[in-house]
Amino acid sequence: MSDTRQFCTFCVQGFFFGVDVRRVQEVLRYQEMTRVPLAPPIVRGLINLRGQIVTAIDLRRRLALPDGAAERLPMNVIVRSDDGAVSLLVDEIGEVLTVANDASEAPPDTLNDLGRELIAGVYKLPGRLLLVLDTEKAIAPATNWRAGADRPRTDA
Amino acid sequence: MSGSAADEMDELVKEFLVESHENLDRLDRELLTLEQNPASRDSLASIFRTIHTIKGTCGFLGFSKLEAVAHAGESLLSRLRDGALTFSAPIATALLRTVDAIREMLAEVEQKGSDGDGDYGALVVLLQQLQGEEGGGKGNDAAPAPRLDLPAPAVLPAPPADVTPHPPDLADGRTPGVSDGYVRVDVGLLDRLMNLVGELVLARNQVLQFVPTVEDHAFTGTTQRLNLITTELQSSVMKTRMQPIGNVWDKTPRIVRDLALALGKRVRVEMEGKETELDKTIIEAIKDPLTHIVRNCVDHGIEPPAARTAQGKPAEGRLFLRAFHEGGQVNIEISDDGAGLNLDRIRSKALERSLITGEQAGRMSDRELAELVFLPGFSTAEKVSNVSGRGVGMDVVKTNIERIGGVVDLTTRPGHGTTFRIKIPLTLAIIPALIVSSGGDRYAIPQVSLLELVRLHGAQVRAGIESVHGAAVCRLRGTLLPLVDLNRELGLDEGANAAALAKRDAINIVVLQADNRRFGLVVDDINDTEEIVVKSLGKHLKGVAAFAGATIMGDGRVALILDVLGLALRAKVVGGASDRTPPRAGAGSDGAGGHRTTLLLFTLASGRRMAVPLSMLARLEVFDTTQVEPLADGHVVQYRGDVLPLVDIEGLLQTGRGMWTGADGAAEQVHVLVHGSGHRTVGLVVRRIVDIIDESVDLRMNRGESREPGIRGCVIIEGRVTELLDLDALMRATGARLSIPGETTSPAGEART
Repeated sequence: MSDTRQFCTFCVQGFFFGVDVRRVQEVLRYQEMTRVPLAPPIVRGLINLRGQIVTAIDLRRRLALPDGAAERLPMNVIVRSDDGAVSLLVDEIGEVLTVANDASEAPPDTLNDLGRELIAGVYKLPGRLLLVLDTEKAIAPATNWRAGADRPRTDA
Repeated sequence: MSGSAADEMDELVKEFLVESHENLDRLDRELLTLEQNPASRDSLASIFRTIHTIKGTCGFLGFSKLEAVAHAGESLLSRLRDGALTFSAPIATALLRTVDAIREMLAEVEQKGSDGDGDYGALVVLLQQLQGEEGGGKGNDAAPAPRLDLPAPAVLPAPPADVTPHPPDLADGRTPGVSDGYVRVDVGLLDRLMNLVGELVLARNQVLQFVPTVEDHAFTGTTQRLNLITTELQSSVMKTRMQPIGNVWDKTPRIVRDLALALGKRVRVEMEGKETELDKTIIEAIKDPLTHIVRNCVDHGIEPPAARTAQGKPAEGRLFLRAFHEGGQVNIEISDDGAGLNLDRIRSKALERSLITGEQAGRMSDRELAELVFLPGFSTAEKVSNVSGRGVGMDVVKTNIERIGGVVDLTTRPGHGTTFRIKIPLTLAIIPALIVSSGGDRYAIPQVSLLELVRLHGAQVRAGIESVHGAAVCRLRGTLLPLVDLNRELGLDEGANAAALAKRDAINIVVLQADNRRFGLVVDDINDTEEIVVKSLGKHLKGVAAFAGATIMGDGRVALILDVLGLALRAKVVGGASDRTPPRAGAGSDGAGGHRTTLLLFTLASGRRMAVPLSMLARLEVFDTTQVEPLADGHVVQYRGDVLPLVDIEGLLQTGRGMWTGADGAAEQVHVLVHGSGHRTVGLVVRRIVDIIDESVDLRMNRGESREPGIRGCVIIEGRVTELLDLDALMRATGARLSIPGETTSPAGEART
């Protein structure tokens, strides 16, 4: 067991991502969202997950990728965090993969800066690369954009 | 010993612990009362009883060390009670130390099952010495006296002289252990109950949605009962979790006393709103931050007695705690009347620690400087004391309060003190709310902020909505109400300026109150009122001040809860002026020393720029010059079936003869500010209305500059010198010379601004 890891996988703009399966609470098809005016752009809305209100983070926007086609409804990967559950909006859900640790590599240079910061590692799989998403960083309220711009910050 | 007997013993110990902790908290309080009022026999008797009970129980349970300490304390108390000793500060300190020692040992009991290895010999000796000091020399050994009281100490009123105070003591039944009618409940269980009730409320709301579609009397009747029961259940469960903030504050006097003593200061603690109730989880969460702020106030804020007297302040400092509910939030204020923050020192300290750049330091307002104390690693204490000043603290306070969705800020006035304000939203609560729609989404508005609903249609819209340079206001029963368009504020669409609003067929206005100010929120639709379960927003949305939380509606969709105050602050420049006056740092509350006021800016014929509080005006009017009719010594217009005298402000100010003498030839229109009501109404002629702004006006520094009666002073508004008109004073000073019946308005508004 110690030399393999399990990842819940999904696609965003053709990139193949994985999140440690232990961090994933569940995977859901598209859920209706309530938009949040004035929110940072990566917040696409709020969803009702069985009575719990979950913030949906648009992974495309988080990774500085172009928005997906409007008619393609994103799927939800619900991950656990200190702040409760957070949903990552992705294009497509893949399967749960078990990979050997020795397939791990450093993130490739071709990723843009923001992307590199969010990628914890890369696994070389037959035919493609699995990018391991650092969920902590991906869902952290980022520092390079301002929330709502209406809260004064003394450190600005 | 059989298992069940051991269990029984455990139960006994547990009960003893819980009971004793409660008693000890009360002891702290009572000892302090006694220190202030040493003659209070009630307090003394109650303290004595409590210590005695602890002693008795721990003797029974076999905690001999604990018993010895309690016994020594009890002996001292019995001498006090008998009048052989008089209460003094050293005795108070010794008794408080006894309470601490007992507390420590109880903690040991809780963890290890024994009263621990602590050595309290010195304390026991001290207690015994104190017993002997005064009225001693009567050959009393330490031990014997209290022994006599053992069987029924509370019942034995020692000196016959004070028989009277004792019976009420007995009657109030505060003897610990007698807890008829109470059950101790695990907080975790209450949490689960609360969650379940929240879910039940949601389910109830969903069921209620079906009622109109189902034609079945039995169903309708049942849902009605379900509705009622749910509501009642909900409020009952809510109540189980509420605790008065006094529970936390009760510890403050003791903390302050010890601290003040250690620092050689004198501090009086005052409280207001002790009974303000908060959810238990919130009480727990604010306990430490509150304590920290209190310690800071005593340590850094309040000066030593000598320094205070030198400044003409009373030697005794004042720490004031205040709590109240407002706008669905709990407000807690902690203020001291000490030295205030030294902003220059904060600036240099922040520079020294590279927390800000030199350029920033130059630009920062006083308010922003004060906020620096919340940065991690900031401390300006000249010397590190064991109290505070280790450079940790205020940032932790801020983090802890923000963690529960609260906000903390501070205002400070050099030489006058510092006030910390904490606002905690009701994160774990079910509240009644008004549901409105805007831009296709539903929003919930907490009912506590709601004053009334106004719907204007047809001609009412055109008559009711007025425009001041694009900023919409609405006249509601004689006062001007600034309007805020929700769509525009939330950036949902361009929103409507006043002109566009006035063209609509109908307008829904929700009149709201925030921070003692009223404003009208224009929404697309007003739906219904509903009980909503408040859920907090994730950390991504904490910075969006317009929302207080979210809730789940009957149809399962999420709706955002508007933060009325946040919204009001966002929209503080009513209408289109926001690009000229960017949101200032510290929009969270009043600026230091001043109150936020909505001001109307205007210019006079000579070009003088003036401002007057909008609330002083009834209406803004534009008359055609043809409507103006000359009268004996001035001009009037016919206005709402009455005659409105037109007043020339500059004339009033300079000569006291203020009747307006007519427009200069070119102008076709006269802009008039209508002030007063009924027969006392006058129209103040101005050249141009510039803007309506929200400004925090601090007049203290400007008062000396005004030589003209009727001018309160000069302020800088939007970068220009603006005179602040004192309408009441102006009318009073000069009104008699105007031919206005009744001449003046009430002088009550003088303190405004």
